[in-house]
Amino acid sequence: MHIPDAYLSAPVFAAGYVVSGAVCAVAVARANRNLGEREVPLLGMTAAFIFAVQTLNFPVVGGTSGHFLGSTFAAVLLGPLNACLVMAVVLLIQCLGFGDGGLTALGANLFNMGIVGALGGWLLFRALRAVLPKSRWGFLASAGAASWVAMVVASAICAGELAASGPPFQLRVALPAMAGVHALIGIGEAVITVAALSSVLAVRPDLVAAWDRTPKLEEARP
Amino acid sequence: MTRRVWGFVLAGLLVSVLLAAFVSPFASQAPEVLEKLAKDHRFAEKGEGHAAWQHPLMPDYKVPGVRSESVGTALAGIAGTLLVFGVAFGAARLISRKRPAVPEGQQRL
Repeated sequence: MHIPDAYLSAPVFAAGYVVSGAVCAVAVARANRNLGEREVPLLGMTAAFIFAVQTLNFPVVGGTSGHFLGSTFAAVLLGPLNACLVMAVVLLIQCLGFGDGGLTALGANLFNMGIVGALGGWLLFRALRAVLPKSRWGFLASAGAASWVAMVVASAICAGELAASGPPFQLRVALPAMAGVHALIGIGEAVITVAALSSVLAVRPDLVAAWDRTPKLEEARP
Repeated sequence: MTRRVWGFVLAGLLVSVLLAAFVSPFASQAPEVLEKLAKDHRFAEKGEGHAAWQHPLMPDYKVPGVRSESVGTALAGIAGTLLVFGVAFGAARLISRKRPAVPEGQQRL
């Protein structure tokens, strides 16, 4: 879903920079006040993990492949604004170091692959958390489902940006193609999100930011 | 009480480096949907020549000049994972204003 240069028109990629820049500014201001000694290395580790897993493309349908995004995973682990910072670093290095995603499209790519999953995915996670059972299972199901929806929505927004940039991309072709295939890639996204979060919960539940606000069922048992 | 976090972080980093080194060479080489869409629209060529940033260190996630493609991919994966860790850790450290309440050396995270 990394958009290269020349795919987006100037108004579209400029809008991407404005929106993503504003979110990053808020995230930096917030992190400046709230980030502790404990969170700093965790942010680094999460960014490294997401970068590594994003290199693992798996085959989907029709001779295409896809990969993990990780923005909803990062939001559940670190909080939504910290997740935006993590995704910004991952996408910046992918763009400058590996030629993946255009420099002009970086703002749009950060919005699609980072902010949609970090903020939107996190809001959906919180909503699901409120209705699903307050158990580890409910927690993981909420995160997995939110990450799937975030990926499909991100791909639809990506298609919208391409269509808004004009020919040759048309919404009636790009939208079903992007959203349809990403509905499948999203299954991989959900599986990896659930697997990674359950691993962290198994060894260090105290490091999962979103877990703090949930009742500790384990501690209630004798 | 703050428990040690570095043990966990280093374990997570190790898992990430191992994935990048030993799994990424086996990753699917098939194009992503967006690439395929652009090819179907005969648009891919236009994107190729117009990169605004012309100097990626490791284009296509391969270390240039390494004869074996798998080794080049594995090395790029390892280098990228460590680079991302360093940049994210450094940026977070710069942004974070909080300092340990007790002098360094007395506090173990």
